Amino acid sequence: MTAFEIRLHGRGGQGVVTAAELLSVAAFLDGHEAQAFPSFGSERMGAPVTSFCRISTTAIRTHEPVSRPHAVVIADATLLHHVDVFGGLRAPAFVLINSVRTAAELGLTDLVAQVGESQLRCVPATDLARKHVGRPLPNVCLLGALAALTGQVTRDSLATAVHERFPERVAAANVVALDAAYAHVRAGMAEATNA
Amino acid sequence: MREQLEGSRAIAETVGRCRVEVVPAYPITPQTHIVEAVGAMAKDGTLPGCEFVTVESEFAAMSAAIGASATGARTYTATASQGLLYMAEALFNAPGLGLPIVMTVANRAIGAPINIWNDHSDSMSQRDCGWIKVYAESNQVAADLHVLAFRLAETLNVPAMVCMDGFLLTHAFEPIDVPDASLVDRFLPHRRPQQQLDPDDPVTIGAMVGPEAFAEVRYLAHSQLRRAEEVHATLASEWTRLTGRDVAALAPYRIEGAETVVVALGSVTGTLQDVLDERDDGTGLLNLRLYRPFPNAAVRAALSGARRVIVVERAFAPGAGGVVSADVQTALAGTDVEVTTVVAGLGGRPVTTAALHGMLDAAAAGYLPPFDFLDLDRKLVERELAHLRGGAS
Repeated sequence: MTAFEIRLHGRGGQGVVTAAELLSVAAFLDGHEAQAFPSFGSERMGAPVTSFCRISTTAIRTHEPVSRPHAVVIADATLLHHVDVFGGLRAPAFVLINSVRTAAELGLTDLVAQVGESQLRCVPATDLARKHVGRPLPNVCLLGALAALTGQVTRDSLATAVHERFPERVAAANVVALDAAYAHVRAGMAEATNA
Repeated sequence: MREQLEGSRAIAETVGRCRVEVVPAYPITPQTHIVEAVGAMAKDGTLPGCEFVTVESEFAAMSAAIGASATGARTYTATASQGLLYMAEALFNAPGLGLPIVMTVANRAIGAPINIWNDHSDSMSQRDCGWIKVYAESNQVAADLHVLAFRLAETLNVPAMVCMDGFLLTHAFEPIDVPDASLVDRFLPHRRPQQQLDPDDPVTIGAMVGPEAFAEVRYLAHSQLRRAEEVHATLASEWTRLTGRDVAALAPYRIEGAETVVVALGSVTGTLQDVLDERDDGTGLLNLRLYRPFPNAAVRAALSGARRVIVVERAFAPGAGGVVSADVQTALAGTDVEVTTVVAGLGGRPVTTAALHGMLDAAAAGYLPPFDFLDLDRKLVERELAHLRGGAS
């Protein structure tokens, strides 16, 4: 009955609240029980924002924030030094970081050793979003990457959730970005396996 | 049909299916998404016959709701926190005038210091305003209770307040079966007002009553509000027959033979269910959905077999103690059940599984004081208290 618990960290305007909501909708479409909610601050651009998502095979009753995540998504690498983004991380756990740099370049060598190389991925989600959506909004990309990394939600349900949420043109562009991030993580995982 | 929806959206859709006719509202966090969605539906034609009135304040919202309800219209509004306080003067008039308004309170703390997060200080501060008050533990129960609230209110001509935890429920995406329109139509008939304001047939309502009859008027209002417990029970059974879902006044969990029973309202009861399953140590839970009228006899029956009752409250009475605890103590008068109060989750402080385990461990070991705050930073308050004492000398 333990749910798979995901914590998303970002800054106001990056869409991490929407990301948690979309993730919960996709998990629901996959036939799971799901819950998403934000850690509510006074909403303003640039302020640290946290959101949560639980995915389970049984009804989710708790309404406490996720304090022991199975997966952490970090939409803004500048938060690494300001917010305890890895607090309470389970073992094993997945870590997904929006960055063009590697984990080692981000100073996360110890974390890589802790969670394992195959469990931590850096994805250039902002660049992918800029390229495919035309705006530096990494949230949907990160969901594609998370689906590839954890297998907790399907790519198709994520695409459906994106289409239900946004106008057609915006949705279509975001799904292209989602697929690009999904492929990026898959390629990285294959590389890690072959290495 | 089950959908994955935001709580506020689910409530707005439910209220729409209740065929509301007038919705005067003023936005305030965390209620805003509800009234925005109702307003949008009223504008785009989803709610034919619904007039959404944008007003300049919560005082105006309740005043307009009173006027609309007095003409016989099914009337709804929603608020939270300071908004509810700003309504207070008009709030008491609605039951006095016998007007079955339904209002959502998206529970939030009260300032100062300013705080936008969840607790129950707002609705508890208006405990004695004469409205029926129910608390929901999930968005499903919140939606179901709104349908029930309209019928209950209109059956008795008493207004009803549906309280749901701000953010924790209003902003949470959860699976929910929004009661479908045909089901709501079957359960909730058109309003048949006992009397209504009509320019062609003028009457006065709410005229002055002097000392010779005021107590009697109040007694009658109290009696009418008390009847809501019985009517709620009948309607809840009917709702369960139609939907298979439980909206009873009390929701006991693992309570049979329980030595310790936790009493709580709202979304924390879901977290408590997880905690009790993990412990499996003979601790039970009584989820109090109907708070006013207070179901005295039923609470007594549910709790009198326990040795210890812990009331977990998201509000308190400064200078006195617990709010709900006082009701529970009244219900248990004459028994030797020990009642303790734990104030938890003030101003959005998360009520965690770990903290609740700690509370129950302390209770089992006999360390839980009669009045306690969950997760209090004791070092900080002791330092500040010493400072304050020093400053006073």
